[in-house]
Amino acid sequence: MTTKTSKSKSTTTKKDNVLLEVNNLTTHFFTQDGVVKAVDGISYNVHEGEVVGIVGESGCGKSVGAMSVMKIIPNPPGRIVDGSVTFEGENLVDLDESAMRKIRGNRIAMVFQEPMTSLNPVLTVGRQLTETLELHQGLRGDELIDKAEELLARVGIPDPRGRLSDYPHQFSGGMRQRVMIAIALSCDPKLIIADEPTTALDVTIQAQILELMQGLAKDYGTALIIITHNLGVVARYADRVIVMYAGKIIEEGSAEEIFHNPMHAYTRGLLASVPRLDATDHVRLQTIEGLPPDLIAPPPGCGFAPRCQKKVCKCPETPPAIVEIKKGHYIADCKCCMTK
Amino acid sequence: MTTKTKKTTKNKKEETDILVNVENLKMYFPVTSGVIIQKEIGQVKAVDNLSFFVRKGETLGLVGESGCGKTTTGRAVLQLYEPTAGKVQFNGIELTELNANEMRAMRKEVQIIFQDPYGSLNPRMSAGDIIGEPLKVHKLVDNKVQYREKVAELLSIVGLSPYMADRYPHEFSGGQRQRIGIARALAVNPSFVVCDEPVSALDVSIQAQVVNLLEDLQAKFGLTYLFIAHDLSVVKHISDRIAVMYLGHIVEIAPANELYFNPIHGYTRALLSAIPIPDPTIEKTRERIILEGDVPSPLNPPAGCVFQPRCTKKDKCKCSETTPVLIEVSPEHWVANCECCMSK
Ligand SMILES: Nc1ncnc2c1ncn2[C@@H]1O[C@H](COP(=O)(O)OP(=O)(O)OP(=O)(O)O)[C@@H](O)[C@H]1O
Ligand SMILES: Nc1ncnc2c1ncn2[C@@H]1O[C@H](COP(=O)(O)OP(=O)(O)OP(=O)(O)O)[C@@H](O)[C@H]1O
Ligand SMILES: [Mg+2]
Ligand SMILES: [Mg+2]
Repeated sequence: MTTKTSKSKSTTTKKDNVLLEVNNLTTHFFTQDGVVKAVDGISYNVHEGEVVGIVGESGCGKSVGAMSVMKIIPNPPGRIVDGSVTFEGENLVDLDESAMRKIRGNRIAMVFQEPMTSLNPVLTVGRQLTETLELHQGLRGDELIDKAEELLARVGIPDPRGRLSDYPHQFSGGMRQRVMIAIALSCDPKLIIADEPTTALDVTIQAQILELMQGLAKDYGTALIIITHNLGVVARYADRVIVMYAGKIIEEGSAEEIFHNPMHAYTRGLLASVPRLDATDHVRLQTIEGLPPDLIAPPPGCGFAPRCQKKVCKCPETPPAIVEIKKGHYIADCKCCMTK
Repeated sequence: MTTKTKKTTKNKKEETDILVNVENLKMYFPVTSGVIIQKEIGQVKAVDNLSFFVRKGETLGLVGESGCGKTTTGRAVLQLYEPTAGKVQFNGIELTELNANEMRAMRKEVQIIFQDPYGSLNPRMSAGDIIGEPLKVHKLVDNKVQYREKVAELLSIVGLSPYMADRYPHEFSGGQRQRIGIARALAVNPSFVVCDEPVSALDVSIQAQVVNLLEDLQAKFGLTYLFIAHDLSVVKHISDRIAVMYLGHIVEIAPANELYFNPIHGYTRALLSAIPIPDPTIEKTRERIILEGDVPSPLNPPAGCVFQPRCTKKDKCKCSETTPVLIEVSPEHWVANCECCMSK
């Protein structure tokens, strides 16, 4: 077991294909009620072409973490107060807004949960596609239209040329999400961050969209971060899984490790609380008693301590460090939360 | 962790075991257009010719995608909508023939738990008053002391503390609010409860608490549930039998395990394969049927088999004119009789 202060150290061997390196990223919201420690010192890497799943329950900081990478945290009240986000060798935290604008939607793209609110209702779908192409790729005229058509075709929209002049409301929810993905793909990004990309969609449509995203990521070598609360989605699509709890990463590993050999009590609890479709016997669901802590006044030590069954926590004062317990498998080093 | 083979198979039960019997239920909504003069321009066939039954003490799951008519079915069964056509018998009593007064008395027996733990509770009423209101409406308590005792008892039944009676909905978490909704439904001692997506808005760990609570209450009070949800994993966990809906129709109905291990209808198979199992090893080799296209609008549903436009074998479809009827392919396992949609 080796202690690591930051993830970057332990993966230096693979450094050559590290695309995104998040180190001690800390984002707080300064509200009237106090400082919300929404993201509190998270570190992880994303390698080229890799699919990383980020899971955790509502309010644990998944979206704020992703928005921090893109630097779209509303300020005020929010601010990145510490840490770095190194993307293709450049620390995004230090970049000004105009430099960030060249990266957003170009080298890093984001797909949100609600395609209706992220598309502009008064612009045609074609215009929204060509806008990014014009801005980032400098295409003009017919070239622009052809590329837009090609993108709609790539995400499986029938009659792509004809649909360019339609408005978002003329598309179904699943098709709107396809358009969002087409926009995300328009500049051949190296990384796509998808925040609950299918949560608002029906299951059969959800499957369509996720298969599409995975296929495109494979074909073009794009890395993908899928943020979701759906453990099944992560099991199906992610190579590596990050589990968040109360603003922190509490466990990280390959999908196989996280699902077959979960070590943290929270990860285990989460897995045991979802019913499985393939179960043959009726097994009572396991519950995690209590609620996640208030992020304004989280427990000083292990964030899960108040809900941990063993309650023999040795880290009530200082937050547990992240340790590599097995090659590529990291866990918050809280003895009571860990299973051997 | 205890394994119990859930509720022994109840084959060959007599009619007397049926608590709710629904026959040819239709619920059409008028579609109007025009600003000043509203003209009826069509109908949404939200529920079209549904027939199913629920046995005493069992849970019938109702699954299907958004807009397929699950909520409408639940509400029409409880006469919260006046069905366009069809019969709904409860304990042998024909609900569609009851007058308003008779139905009000019947409400003591049939209750509903709503999907949205945020929107379904009156924000200006305390938890105690929300739970206690039905006690007053149905005159189930004689005085204030009894009222307070009953409210306290209901709170503890659903795992909340009696002192929480004075708090308001916004002071509760989502899971706790859903418990208040459950306590309110239980206040009148119902025998049948429609649970309309009772856990969909909740986080998984809280979802498990509410699912367990519903199971405990069923065991304790012999409740019968119609459990509506779009999450087939949860539905399969809690249900004895499952009905799969598509565009206002039931396309398949079978015991829970049978439905998973031996799905027959093309839609059921696609739905099952679309739901990922939280196990990467299993997922690597699982068959995936990815349906093309979107769910058609219930405003202009396709004639004949409603699934036909998305069916992978639609070219061979023989029921493009008439709607297929449910046939029993094995004991308790019913499928819409459309040859191209049926596997094997
Ligand atoms: N603008 C804001 N002001 C104050 N607090 C905020 C703000 N935005 C987010 N937060 C807080 O930051 C925390 C993390 O929120 P975040 O949206 O990242 O959660 P999440 O994990 O994405 O949850 P969900 O699964 O519900 O989307 C929450 O406690 C939230 O209340
Ligand atoms: N009061 C109404 N007036 C008109 N149309 C309605 C009404 N209620 C429902 N509908 C329509 O009937 C169809 C079925 O709706 P319903 O709410 O029963 O679906 P559902 O299966 O419960 O969906 P969800 O999973 O989204 O809750 C939908 O097309 C809906 O738009
Ligand atoms: Mg979020
Ligand atoms: Mg509904």
